[in-house]
Amino acid sequence: MRNPQLNANGELTHLLTLEGLPPDVIRGILDAATPFVSIAEREVKKVPLLRGKAVFNLFFENSTRTRTTFEIAAKRLSADVINLNIGASSTSKGETLLDTVDNLVAMDADIFVVRHSQSGAPHLIAAHLNAHGRTHVHVVNAGDGRHAHPTQGLLDLYTIRHYKREFHHLTVAIVGDVLHSRVARSLIHGLTTLGTPEVRVIGPKTLLPTAVQAMGVRVFHDMREGLRGCDVVVMLRLQNERMKGALLPSAGEFFKHYGLTQDKLSLAKPDVIVMHPGPMNRGVEIDSAVADGDRSVILPQVTFGIAVRMAVMSMIAGN
Amino acid sequence: MSDATALPDAEATLVALAERMRGAVAYDAAFVGIYSGGAWLAERLPALVPGNHPVGYIDVSYYRDDYSRTGLKSGAKRTDLPFDVDGATIVLVDDVLFTGRSVRAAINELFDFGRPACIELAVLIDRGGRELPVEPTYCGARLTVARDLSVVLSRDADRLRLAVEKQER
Repeated sequence: MRNPQLNANGELTHLLTLEGLPPDVIRGILDAATPFVSIAEREVKKVPLLRGKAVFNLFFENSTRTRTTFEIAAKRLSADVINLNIGASSTSKGETLLDTVDNLVAMDADIFVVRHSQSGAPHLIAAHLNAHGRTHVHVVNAGDGRHAHPTQGLLDLYTIRHYKREFHHLTVAIVGDVLHSRVARSLIHGLTTLGTPEVRVIGPKTLLPTAVQAMGVRVFHDMREGLRGCDVVVMLRLQNERMKGALLPSAGEFFKHYGLTQDKLSLAKPDVIVMHPGPMNRGVEIDSAVADGDRSVILPQVTFGIAVRMAVMSMIAGN
Repeated sequence: MSDATALPDAEATLVALAERMRGAVAYDAAFVGIYSGGAWLAERLPALVPGNHPVGYIDVSYYRDDYSRTGLKSGAKRTDLPFDVDGATIVLVDDVLFTGRSVRAAINELFDFGRPACIELAVLIDRGGRELPVEPTYCGARLTVARDLSVVLSRDADRLRLAVEKQER
C-alpha cells in the first residue's frame, strides 16, 4: 500500500506523521522552510502563495499556541483562515467527524489542520478524502492523541539543524513525560530517519512507554547519567491533564529527579542547546535559570515553527 | 539540437549591456538580480557601470503565477535587499527576458518591501515571446529562438556561458 501522505509521484500531499516519511522528503521540508524565516523581517509580512485558498483549523482538542502558529503561517501565505471550535458546535449535536469534513469540503476547504484527542483522526480524514477522489484537499496533523505531532517534530529538527548543522554526529536526549508525548514520538522518528546516531530518552519507568527501545532509543532512568555528553536536550511538559492514576509521587519530587537545572545541564556538552515544545511548567520540568539561560533556544523554536508550517502548507497545497 | 553558432558570447554581451547602462542609469541606482542568472549579472555590473550601486537579490518563487500548476519550487533562496526600497531607483537584472512573467513577479515582490521611486529592467538576452506588456530598459542582445527551446545562462569558475536547451514541459 502506498504511504497515504504521498501522491503517485512520491510528493507530500498530507502531513500525518514523520514515521515512514523518506529522509529526502523531511530534508525537503526543512530546506523549504529556510527562506520563509525571512518573510517576518519584511515590511509586508506576507507572500501570495496560497491566495484564494481556504485553511480550516479543525481543533477537536484545545490548543491556543499551535492553532495560533498555524493561523499566522496560513495568513503569511495569504490564505483565508477559518477557525472552528468543534467541541462547541456540530460534534456536540451528534454529527460524525467525516460528515463534518464533507460539509466543509462542500464549503470549498483546501487544507484541514486537524487536532484531535484520538490517535489516527487526521489519518481517517485523509484516507476518506483520498478514497473519494478529493485529492485537491489536504490534511495537516496538528497533534492526534499520543500518536504524532509532525509539525512540532519538524520545527524541532529545524531548530537542531539551525544550531548544529548536521545530525550524523549528535547525541540528543528527550527528557520527562515521554509516555503521553506525541511530540517525543514525532521527534524520535525524525531524528532516527535523518541518521542521528544516539537518541536517548530519560524519565521514570512510569512515564516511559513500554518497549520504547523498539523506536531505536537508549533508555536512562538516571538523568545525570543520561545528560552526559549531550549536544541537544529536549525537555517535555509534564502532562498533568492526561495522567490517570498514580504515575508520580508529586511535581516537587519529579523536579528533584527530572527537572533540568544548571547543575545537571553542566554534565552535557558546553555548547548544548536546550529545547522545550511549550507551554513550560517552570519549576516542574525546567528551572527558570535554564529556561531563560544562554543555552536555551526555546523562543527561536517558536519563530522557526511558523516558517516550518508555512513550508508544509505551501508544499502540500501545490502537490 | 543546440545551435551554438547563433548564440552570442555571454561575457561580451554583458560588456555590451554595461555599455548601454553607462551614463543612462542613475548614479545611485540599486541593481537587483533575479535568481539565479540575474543574480550573477547583478554581482558583476557595479564593476562595469560607474556609480554607487548597492546590489540586492530577489527570489520570485513565492510570487510566481504557475504555483497552482507546478507546486512549490525547491531550492528557493532568501530575497535580500540591503537598502531602503522606499524611494530607491532600482534596476531589476535578469538573464533572459521571455514571457515577462518573472519580471511581473519580481515587481510585485519589490512592492512588499516598500515604494520604489522608479524601477528599470536590464536583461542580458531578449528572446521575444512576451505574454505581458514588459519591455527592457537596457538589453545586451536580441535573439530569435523557437518557443520550445530555453536559453540558459550558466556560470563556471566565474565565467558566464549561454546555451540553448530543449524545454521540459
